[in-house]
Amino acid sequence: MVTNSAATAVGISASKIIPLSMTALLGLFIVGFVGFSHLEVVHNAAHDTRHSLAFPCH
Amino acid sequence: MSLFRNIVFTAVIAGLLSGLLLTVMQSFSTVPLILQAEVFENAAPEAGHSHDAAPAAGATASAAEHHHGDEAWAPADGFERFIYTAAADMLSAIGFALVLVAASEAFGGFKGWRGGLMFGIAGFLAVILAPGLGLPPELPGMPAAELGPRQIWWVSTAVCTAVGLGLLAYTRSAVFAALAIVLLIAPHLVGAPLPPSHETAVPMDPHARFVNAVYATNLVFWAVLGALAGVVREKFRAGEEASAGSPAKLASR
Repeated sequence: MVTNSAATAVGISASKIIPLSMTALLGLFIVGFVGFSHLEVVHNAAHDTRHSLAFPCH
Repeated sequence: MSLFRNIVFTAVIAGLLSGLLLTVMQSFSTVPLILQAEVFENAAPEAGHSHDAAPAAGATASAAEHHHGDEAWAPADGFERFIYTAAADMLSAIGFALVLVAASEAFGGFKGWRGGLMFGIAGFLAVILAPGLGLPPELPGMPAAELGPRQIWWVSTAVCTAVGLGLLAYTRSAVFAALAIVLLIAPHLVGAPLPPSHETAVPMDPHARFVNAVYATNLVFWAVLGALAGVVREKFRAGEEASAGSPAKLASR
């Protein structure tokens, strides 16, 4: 019990893995696009957000 | 598929509301300081010189004028800029919420607003505080190292911190606890990419207030995002029990 590995302690059922990873990837994609895209236009549109969220900017 | 749909609904609602709150808080705290700093930045173009460290920026003097640049579109100051900031805030919030809810579901769910609040504060630690220790919030016109390495360090730090916190919270073995501590500390021992010089035309005082404002607004934002996600997640469970219960395999918890 005390020495549970991370995987068994988590106990994700197999049917959940795909929707959960899809969700997480979608979220990472959105944050990556808004906060980390090198496109000048995206940078300019999200400029104040990037600074205010302390994302690396410029 | 119902799990995916329910998580997306949850994240969109929690993200829209907390992103809106974030935008309102920012428009009173961080955004005026950004606008103030841009005056200094534009008045002293050489202060933005370190931007030219990026080879793609070109050698022209106008490269310092990066955001109202001549080559790329930018929202007009005032209402248009506010709308784009609001949209970017809400999109980021939805993105954060998607990751947060997915992570919580992997560990058995929020179980109400308190659990959501805990996840939200963990998100603040991983996304704002830990990267901010190496790369403090910056105003426009402040010197910084090249963008790419900073982004890599930022992402690595956020991931290491999130994994470290998860190990501390959800495992009970000494080995994992030690690994968690290594993950929490290692990015700061490696160190963030720093600019060759810290000289800037932006005065100290607005920058100090900006750093405080960023931490304060983001702490509130993450706490609200997490708690809201915890509340809303309970409302969107349609179809999950049916699909999870009917297969022969029973969920372990």
